[in-house]
Amino acid sequence: MPNSSQSPAPEAQAHEPRVVAFLCKWCSSAGSDLAGVSRIQYSANATPITIPCTGSMSPLYVLSAFNKGADGVLVSGCHPGDCHYMEGNYLARRKLYLVKQLLQFVGLEAERFRMSWVSAAEGAKFAEVIDEFVGDLRPLGPQTRLKAKH
Amino acid sequence: MSKRTGVFVCHCGKNIAATVDVKKVARELAKDDGVVFCEDYVYMCSDPGQGAVIDAIKENDLDGMVISCCSPTLHEKTFRDASELGGLSGFRCEIANIREQCSWVHKDPDEATDKAIKISRAAVRRVQRNEPLDPIGVPVTRRALVVGGGIAGIQTALDLADAGLDVILVEKQSTIGGNMLKLSETFPTLDCSQCILSPKMVAVSKNPRIRLLTESEVESVSGFVGNFRVRIKKKAQYVDPELCKLCDDCSQVCPVAVPNEYDEGLTNRRAIFIPFAQAIPASFTLDEAACLGLKPVVCGKCEEVCEAGAIDFDKRPTVFEEEVGAIVVATGYDLYGMDKLGEYGAGRYADVLDGLQFERLCSASGATEGHILRPSDHKVPKEIVFIQCSGSRDPENHCAWCSKICCMYTAKHATLYKHHVPDGQAYVFYIDIRSGGKGYEEFVQRSMEKDGVIYLRGRVSRVYEQGGKLRVLGVDTLSGRNVEIAADMVVLAQAMEPSKGTAEIAKTLKIGLGKDGFLAEAHPKLKPVESVTAGIYLAGAAQGPKDIPETVAQASAAASKVIALLSKEELHHSPTVAKVRDPYCTGCAMCVDACPYEAIGLVGGKAAVNEVLCQGCGSCVGVCVRAAIDVKNVSQLQIHEMISAVLAA
Repeated sequence: MPNSSQSPAPEAQAHEPRVVAFLCKWCSSAGSDLAGVSRIQYSANATPITIPCTGSMSPLYVLSAFNKGADGVLVSGCHPGDCHYMEGNYLARRKLYLVKQLLQFVGLEAERFRMSWVSAAEGAKFAEVIDEFVGDLRPLGPQTRLKAKH
Repeated sequence: MSKRTGVFVCHCGKNIAATVDVKKVARELAKDDGVVFCEDYVYMCSDPGQGAVIDAIKENDLDGMVISCCSPTLHEKTFRDASELGGLSGFRCEIANIREQCSWVHKDPDEATDKAIKISRAAVRRVQRNEPLDPIGVPVTRRALVVGGGIAGIQTALDLADAGLDVILVEKQSTIGGNMLKLSETFPTLDCSQCILSPKMVAVSKNPRIRLLTESEVESVSGFVGNFRVRIKKKAQYVDPELCKLCDDCSQVCPVAVPNEYDEGLTNRRAIFIPFAQAIPASFTLDEAACLGLKPVVCGKCEEVCEAGAIDFDKRPTVFEEEVGAIVVATGYDLYGMDKLGEYGAGRYADVLDGLQFERLCSASGATEGHILRPSDHKVPKEIVFIQCSGSRDPENHCAWCSKICCMYTAKHATLYKHHVPDGQAYVFYIDIRSGGKGYEEFVQRSMEKDGVIYLRGRVSRVYEQGGKLRVLGVDTLSGRNVEIAADMVVLAQAMEPSKGTAEIAKTLKIGLGKDGFLAEAHPKLKPVESVTAGIYLAGAAQGPKDIPETVAQASAAASKVIALLSKEELHHSPTVAKVRDPYCTGCAMCVDACPYEAIGLVGGKAAVNEVLCQGCGSCVGVCVRAAIDVKNVSQLQIHEMISAVLAA
């Protein structure tokens, strides 16, 4: 991994962002399956980790991913009102909003953490969300603020 | 912790192997800690593929297994079963999805291979900490709820009762029968709709296993497959059906007249009325919106004349809870609104009718006692135009879908018209004729050849009134000429759309809707009667446009699914539920508040999980500041391991 520099522009060109995508099993993971079935091509920079519900996201998962060198973290769940477990996504939304504030407070670019709503029927949207996120991460270059130094 | 993990990488023919270097994935995974066996194979899900899994477990004494293949929604069960056959707990087998989430969505082989390795490696790290779990048995409530009392709901309820199950049938209106009760004859046999439907309606009312709740709606649903708890609201029963003698004295004195929705607004009815002679329950009913008697100072005439004493203005709505094991949703369709079809003069001219209004004109129980007469002047229409695809197949302006039944019912309408008015002429504007079905094409042909119905292939641009006639401007695309017909009546074959309230009931039951607003099935081909929520099934036109035979078939299919579900002594509930790590729990009860299923309580100052109620959502995990609660087999440690695997250089 290249280290950060004062002017990341030329290096950022070469740097491929590494994204951890936490996907709700009931919606976004199924949405990613639909993107697959529909053969919608999108960036390979994001690796999915399927979780039972975005409500189960511990803030530590986000910090852990950045600590281990992620350039971006995505949490994707069911649309408000559509949670398979009734209200997990509301729980996630409130909690992850605070996580985002915390990340900014410690000096991380706000763009590196994102939440999206993608249903099981939204394969094309899933691909868009990933491409957009990776596209937005590219100019930021590698994430070093929270990455373990050793 | 698993120390002897096996990894199997599937080629899926070329589906995976064309993009992902499966050999490289296997080579790389073989280097991981604890991986003692690694192999790739062309079709893991084939019989030899599964056989290889079983053999490998036995020969290598595997205590964990990862299959890198398609989505777990497809073959997780296959491989967990194979795992069990090899003597390894199914819960020690995990799927790495390298097809839908990788090979199908990326083109660059290096990138795809790299990602496939990460996905597989994360699954390996996870499975190494999976516990071998046993399913949790949950008792089943052997009773079903059917929502909607049209032909779909009626058929479902009868089949369920026939199998010995208790059924609660909930219908919003004051009689069951739905749209089918309004039809005159049915295609392609022209048998009388009410004659074939009413025996089934009577059977519902006489069946001791069926509890019929008309004028009722489902307010909320909680619980899960096998054990739902349903709140039902029943409107105030001002007329007691047990006491009502159907003498009609009440409606004779009622001073109110409002359009009769059961006659599609062609006639008026009283505030106290019976929708049809065949109504079930066989009773008069009181429309509280129209009645003046709810303010007895104003009226109360019907109560005075009712000798049976069946009317009570002081009745109130009741709300009650019922427990059921399964739910079938059969909420049916509505016709696409006439108000949206202004170009055909709908809503402006009395003699432009919708399909159901024309049914009421043809029906012996309708406004004209089966005579086809113009609503405007009660004259017999000598020229009649039917416009197919009114609102259907028009994504720019109306509905994108084909409503499937309109070709057939228009042919039926035109035929019936000719039977009623032999010297009249019927014209049909159509885009295509879709007459797939037993005897359907023959029926359409007969309407043309025997009854002389003139079919014009093209759309209608405008309908306007001139000199007492409805002038229909259209085009005949086969001859390439504009057509103008001076008609006496125009009948629109409107699109079918989900009935009003479909979106609300879908939300109440937490089942999905398609883009078109119809209820979404769990799989368009292989699970056509299941909703996305376990234990909730779909029947009839609420799921998509369909005719009566298809509706009845789907209703029986839904019933058979429910019968299979409720024939089990107990259901197996996934054991991947929450588990408290006692030493770390401080009893702060954050998880107790977060749990949407009230599955966590405090016992002896520490959180305790009711495994039967827990659905494994992990809301508790997300709020526990001491990380003292986990969902089994997706523990926080496992997630952290997966994050590490995904981000390993």
